[in-house]
Amino acid sequence: MSAGWLLIAIIASSAIPAAIIFCLKESSVRLRTTLNLAGAGVKILLVAVLLYGVSQGNSYETRWQLVNDIDLVLHADALSLLFITLSCVLWLVTTVYAIGYLEDSPNRSRFFGFFSLCVCATVGIALAGNLITFLIFYELLTLTTYPLVVHRGTQTALRAGRTYLVYTLGGGALLVAGVAWLKSIAGPLDFTTTGILSSMTHLDPHTLSWIFLLLIVGFGVKAALVPLHGWLPKAMVAPAPVSSLLHAVAVVKAGAFGIVRVVYDVYGIEFAQDLGVLMPLAFVAAVTILYGSVRALFQNEIKPRLAYSTISQVSYIALGAAIAGPLATVGGLVHLVHQGLMKITLFFCAGNFAETLQVHKVGELDGIGRRMPMTMAAFTLAALGMIGVPPIAGFVSKWYLGLGAMDAANPWVIWVLVGSSALNAMYFLPLIYRGWWKQPQLANWRENIPAQRFETHWMLLIPPLVTAGLALAAGLFAGAQFSPLEWAQFIARLEYR
Amino acid sequence: MIEALVPLLVFLPLIGAVAAFIRERFGHGVALMVLGAGATLTLFHFFTMDHHGWTMNLGGWAAPLGIVWYLDGLSATLMTLTWLLGLAIGMYARTYLAGSTPFWALLLLMMSGMSALFLANDLFNIYVMLEIIGLSAVALVALANKREAVRAAVTYLMVSLGGSILYLAGVAFLYTQYATLDLFLLADRIDGTPLTWVALGLMGVGLLLKSAMFPLHFWLPGAHSNAPAPVSALLSALVVKASFFVVLRLWRDILPAQPDLLAWALGAMGVAAILYGSVQALRTPRLKLLVAYSTVAQLGYLMLLFPLSIQAGYAANAYAGVTFFMVAHGIAKAALFMAAGNLQLHAGHDRLKDLGQAAVALQPTLFAVALAGASIMGLPPSGGFIAKWTLLGVSLGSGQWIWIVVLLGGGLLSVAYIFRVLSLAFQSSTMPRRASGIHPMLQLVPLALGGIAVALGFNPMPIIEAITQAHAAAPQVTP
Amino acid sequence: MTAYLVLAVVMIGLSGTALVLRRHPMIKLLAVNLMGIGIFLWLIAGAHTAQVTDSVPHALVLTGIVVAVSATAFGLALLVKQKELEQAGEGDD
Repeated sequence: MSAGWLLIAIIASSAIPAAIIFCLKESSVRLRTTLNLAGAGVKILLVAVLLYGVSQGNSYETRWQLVNDIDLVLHADALSLLFITLSCVLWLVTTVYAIGYLEDSPNRSRFFGFFSLCVCATVGIALAGNLITFLIFYELLTLTTYPLVVHRGTQTALRAGRTYLVYTLGGGALLVAGVAWLKSIAGPLDFTTTGILSSMTHLDPHTLSWIFLLLIVGFGVKAALVPLHGWLPKAMVAPAPVSSLLHAVAVVKAGAFGIVRVVYDVYGIEFAQDLGVLMPLAFVAAVTILYGSVRALFQNEIKPRLAYSTISQVSYIALGAAIAGPLATVGGLVHLVHQGLMKITLFFCAGNFAETLQVHKVGELDGIGRRMPMTMAAFTLAALGMIGVPPIAGFVSKWYLGLGAMDAANPWVIWVLVGSSALNAMYFLPLIYRGWWKQPQLANWRENIPAQRFETHWMLLIPPLVTAGLALAAGLFAGAQFSPLEWAQFIARLEYR
Repeated sequence: MIEALVPLLVFLPLIGAVAAFIRERFGHGVALMVLGAGATLTLFHFFTMDHHGWTMNLGGWAAPLGIVWYLDGLSATLMTLTWLLGLAIGMYARTYLAGSTPFWALLLLMMSGMSALFLANDLFNIYVMLEIIGLSAVALVALANKREAVRAAVTYLMVSLGGSILYLAGVAFLYTQYATLDLFLLADRIDGTPLTWVALGLMGVGLLLKSAMFPLHFWLPGAHSNAPAPVSALLSALVVKASFFVVLRLWRDILPAQPDLLAWALGAMGVAAILYGSVQALRTPRLKLLVAYSTVAQLGYLMLLFPLSIQAGYAANAYAGVTFFMVAHGIAKAALFMAAGNLQLHAGHDRLKDLGQAAVALQPTLFAVALAGASIMGLPPSGGFIAKWTLLGVSLGSGQWIWIVVLLGGGLLSVAYIFRVLSLAFQSSTMPRRASGIHPMLQLVPLALGGIAVALGFNPMPIIEAITQAHAAAPQVTP
Repeated sequence: MTAYLVLAVVMIGLSGTALVLRRHPMIKLLAVNLMGIGIFLWLIAGAHTAQVTDSVPHALVLTGIVVAVSATAFGLALLVKQKELEQAGEGDD
């Protein structure tokens, strides 16, 4: 019960800046920037304290009674730390990027206000200690990302926003139904590392399977499982920092994280396997992985290609969760972090191409490596990582997923991984080839920003370099202490106790 | 001790109404003082009283001759809601309706009628209070002094008088059989003769007509959308619920039985209301009509009480959920109508498609719509969510699956129409941003109400406990 | 005495029909009034059926008449106002 205030402080460190930013005038740029960065910095410090505390064996929890048998619970366990560390680091980076990206565009107070609230919701999801709390922050995330998706205010943006709402709130309603149902038969739903339900033998397995379906469909919308992925490519109309955040950290990850929570901490992996609900989930995840990759192949614009790639890559996490066995668990969990690092790099780079040279289409990338070598280098690194080239982070995830599949005697998963990697290579390698080796077609480029010391604004350049570096480091130093891999193994040991 | 002050809730606004009528210029001062005092009193009383029910013989005369007042957790919750919203609406109207206006006298008269209605424990008293509330509501609608408004007011008058007279006919039929009007005495004596059911049917239809329950809702959109914004807020948030409160009392206290078929039929009416109201709200081109149709839809949820309360063991929770719904909806709807009033004031009209610029200029107002909307949509953690969550629990526990679909599906429909308003704020417009030109108070009040509607979701227990205790003490209908 | 009760029901039924079916607000207002009178008649006649005459219905009817008169007065005033506004509106058009 010690130091529950720390958890509240972590949430407040983005909620308070958000509240102040909403009240700021459009013109008070410096104050807004300071608030944004201060919030992000303070949050990282607080999370560092939390990490240290948890690794020392302290437990952090805070409760607030809502109704008779429902508590709002914030709780820090190993799994939440994995997610929260990822989000607070990437938030800082994305904030820097967004400040550079949105320089001189209208409605920035509104944008950064919701941006901070969105992180507040993500962090709340990470720290939620039961399904109800999770649900609250999950819906809050939907509401706070809507203004970001429609930020540009064009007809297309508003339409995309509508689609986004239909999908996510529809999923949210199913989730409410699932949570309410589960609560009515099983009582309060605090997450435990071995699952709440595995100890309740009196419950009807049939009912539990239906509830599992409701919950997974509810989370699957945000995790963009096929056929619930329709909103994601459309949401690409949002500004680049939003796409990065949505794809790497906030929305799709919230969905994937929800699936992980349900499988491990509500049902318990062994119990879920006994119920026979994991195989269908693994199947859906596999279909999503292949479907996303195939669709990505046929996209002529960069951002939609990345969007379909996200659909595909995020399902690795669901796949890892759906295969019983500690190795697959490690693979899925570590991909939560690795995919975030790589995908955010790709989106930053795509944003840089668009912002600096008005390059949106694949064909316009020709020779861009000569004009923007550093951005292209970061892009190449992340793309290779996505394909699974060692020693970049993506390789580690795929390796463990493959081992896990063998371990659980599911060899077909290997073929899914191989097929997906081949497809990844087919849609990423042409971009890399064009960028470095083709002749530049200068007519395609329209210099969009005034000449700079670097190839583009420094606030746009630093973030992708940092995240690409992190993606490389996560692969290179996978065995080091506090590396994502090591942490995922720590979690897996807890889940299979 | 504080109970001795309860009669003030009836007499203070009555005296205030007379004063405000005689000296119209000072109306707002008198009204705001009375509203402030009443709101403080009810709030304090709500948190200190015993919610199991408290009886008072007015002037020392006991039933059946005297007038008996009865206050329990249910009526105290609605009483507190009424006074708090009354105060908020008063503060809003002080700026919105500048100058000397009969609004204040009528508002106080209505507050007096509502207080007495929530306190009343006999059928005839309820009739008189219904008339007072109805007539002052009609007069308030006619305040707008425009052709459409007065036309809507005339329709509203006929509905209101018709509803009361149907109710009165039922009361007369009951009296000749049981020779009492006191609800508790009646609860002991009543049995299921055909004439009793005719009487209860007449009363029910009259009351549901006044509550604008689909398909008896036809008068509401016109009346609520043509009235001045503070009046719309008052009518949608409180007045329709006053008559529904009487339905609730009848259902809980005096029905000789609660037949399944009737309960399900009423529930089905509620579903129809939700569907019809939502679809109309999605189609209408006018903002105030949208909000008014949203009321038609939201009132439908109240009807779920009937099927949900017939299961033994779940009734208390069903009452708690529905009452919580009334509170959350009241607060959110008042905020929405005030926000609509602000947008209309700024743009000079309420055509949704041309409101983009006003929406961008009035960001706090739109934020109020977002907060109140979250509660209407039933998104966690808001008052609306707790209400729906409680009702979901009852549906699941009692095995009435169908209402789960209704509760969640209805929520999604409301998302669609609330976002018709919210998306206005995000439309890009090339036009320069004008200064809002709206008094800060007009934006502050709906914002505060929206905040309360959400905050209710964080601390729902006092209300839920009050209702549960009241239910435990109320005369139980024996099935 | 039973005749009075029957008469009351007939009055309530007839005026109720008019209230629903007739469109003119004036007729509706009259119908409401008539229906009120029917109800009062029912109450008074019902009071007499008991062995001892019950005084409560008389009090109710008195109060009811006061309410009905004021409601009617208000209704008439509103109708007059509507008429004025409609005529003014026709002048505008």
